[in-house]
Amino acid sequence: MTPVFIEAVGLAAPGLPSWQESRATLRGEARFEFAQLSPPTPAMLPPNERRRAAPVVKLAFRAAEDALLDTTVPAASLVTVFASAYTDLAILHRICLALSAAPRLVSPTDFHNSVNNAAAGYWSIAAGARTASTTISAYEGTFAAGLLEACSQVLVDECDALLVAYDLPGPEPLNPAQSLAHPAAAALVLTRQRTARSKAALSCNPTFGPETRLEESTLEQLRLGNPAARSLPLIQMLALQRFGSVVLPMSVGANLGVELHSP
Amino acid sequence: MNPLRISHYTVSSAVGAGRAAHVEGLRAGTSGLARIEFDTNTLDCWLGEVRDFDVPLTGSLAAFDCRNNRLAEFALDQDQFVEAVGQSRQRYGAARIGVFIGTSTSGVQHTEVAYRSRDSGTGALPAWLDQRHTQNIFSVAAFVALRLGLAGPTLAISTACSSSAKVFAAASRAIAAGTCEAAVVGGVDSLCLTTLCGFNSLQLVSTDICRPADNARQGISIGEAGGFALLDPQADSPLALLGYGETSDAYHMSAPEPGGRGAIEAMRAALARAGVVPDEVDYINLHGTGTVANDVAESRAVCEVFGTTTSCSSTKGWTGHTLGAAGAVEAAISLLAIEHGWIPRSLNTRVIDPAIEAAILLDTRIAPVRRVLSNSFGFGGSNCSLLFGRLT
Repeated sequence: MTPVFIEAVGLAAPGLPSWQESRATLRGEARFEFAQLSPPTPAMLPPNERRRAAPVVKLAFRAAEDALLDTTVPAASLVTVFASAYTDLAILHRICLALSAAPRLVSPTDFHNSVNNAAAGYWSIAAGARTASTTISAYEGTFAAGLLEACSQVLVDECDALLVAYDLPGPEPLNPAQSLAHPAAAALVLTRQRTARSKAALSCNPTFGPETRLEESTLEQLRLGNPAARSLPLIQMLALQRFGSVVLPMSVGANLGVELHSP
Repeated sequence: MNPLRISHYTVSSAVGAGRAAHVEGLRAGTSGLARIEFDTNTLDCWLGEVRDFDVPLTGSLAAFDCRNNRLAEFALDQDQFVEAVGQSRQRYGAARIGVFIGTSTSGVQHTEVAYRSRDSGTGALPAWLDQRHTQNIFSVAAFVALRLGLAGPTLAISTACSSSAKVFAAASRAIAAGTCEAAVVGGVDSLCLTTLCGFNSLQLVSTDICRPADNARQGISIGEAGGFALLDPQADSPLALLGYGETSDAYHMSAPEPGGRGAIEAMRAALARAGVVPDEVDYINLHGTGTVANDVAESRAVCEVFGTTTSCSSTKGWTGHTLGAAGAVEAAISLLAIEHGWIPRSLNTRVIDPAIEAAILLDTRIAPVRRVLSNSFGFGGSNCSLLFGRLT
């Protein structure tokens, strides 16, 4: 596949609160500590939407807004790909509870927030983005599937794109504790043309090679505890300003081979 | 874009199982909607239920057993679709065929049932609930890929009621970018209490049958469906996806923008990508949900792009609103209209709302159909227009 350019990175995970604050940790220069993530306070959401938006949407916003700090590409012009394996488990839980009671009173706000493209919808309103937007899900391959779609958007539809992967643990008894142990979100701004801010050129292709693991064991634990954190091998390379290849888990059959080159 | 050939397709909805049943039902004007019992539903409404599909999944895919994946299995089993995919798999190899499936709620009905069976003391869910293989959004895409023996890029798209229109766009991009040679696209959504009670909480479910564009329309009738298509640039089929357009309203989470601006931009983008002018479109299959807000906003948008003479209808009077499957169902109906040379009327529409100026067809028309535009719009302001056509 023809390369696209990584313009900006956003992060929000325990111990990795933002891209700027996490680079030293990802480079191994600072000790990684599993510090709890503070509640996100999305700056871009208008007050009405901030009241209505669910915590998982705010988590997605946190990584997306973090990525936008590092680019001059206007948010309104970016095509968006939102990627989440579980979307909103808290709403699913509340709706299923309501449906198991009598009378069955589903909250209208919960229902309109229950669509899996809720984060995309709020983002389009907040950013004034009338662009194409897709919301993707693929188990542990969610980030890679989103990355592949975002690259296809950039290359085929000739646009710049924002990819946001995010997953937030849900309440008991619904939360899949092993595969969703902590919150995490990661975002990339991808551009078609090289810019002065380009961090790397990225190309990706399906592969049957095994997925790349992280050497540092607590970081590896973080990677395995949230589908959005499956992005970390790629983001670590960007923090190290290192070029080369990583393999991310993608779908039922293939993984995704990602190659980073000097921009 | 280059036209992307569609080598095979199938659809199962309340109208019937497979393409022939849809040609027959749509020509005869018999709605698939009925006042029937479903699960423990107590709402007074019409439902579009697929008949005779609810057979448990067994064998190596038994873990995926739930209403939604049973419907996927049933729909895949019509029109020799599995066999057609098998031929492409032999030609390209399993790893070179992608799978792109749209759904809004996947197998959530399974989890609803589990919640009603919780332990009364501890609140624990029953041990039989396997969320990953049933309720999870990706479950249906994983099931389809495994069922068809495909190993290319596989993903679920879930953008509410535009989900399975957008799979055509995503698959088209993946093929153009070279990440797969061909793709299975589709949409599957099945009846559940979440959508029935959820849409009811927004006062969008009609007690009357769905009457798109009618002056007395009250809202949607919810249906279920599964539809699939095989996109293969090297196929010798005359049917093709000519263009797609995707936009966001950036307006409201559950109400369409009254002026239809996002819809206008989606339709124009589909036409532009195809290099087709509005006059070259013979029929518009409307999103046409039968809600007061959608039908007026969509008509305004259609008239802005096409004027007031292009034939339009919503086919939701037949199928109900099949939500995340609507894009795939209406893509199939668009292709049937092209193949068989007829334009379905707007079933159940008696007197057209005077605020709707688009040319809503009250009678089915026999005519050559070369190009059809199909609209799908969803909550979150997600718009997708697809343009289908016959190549010469």
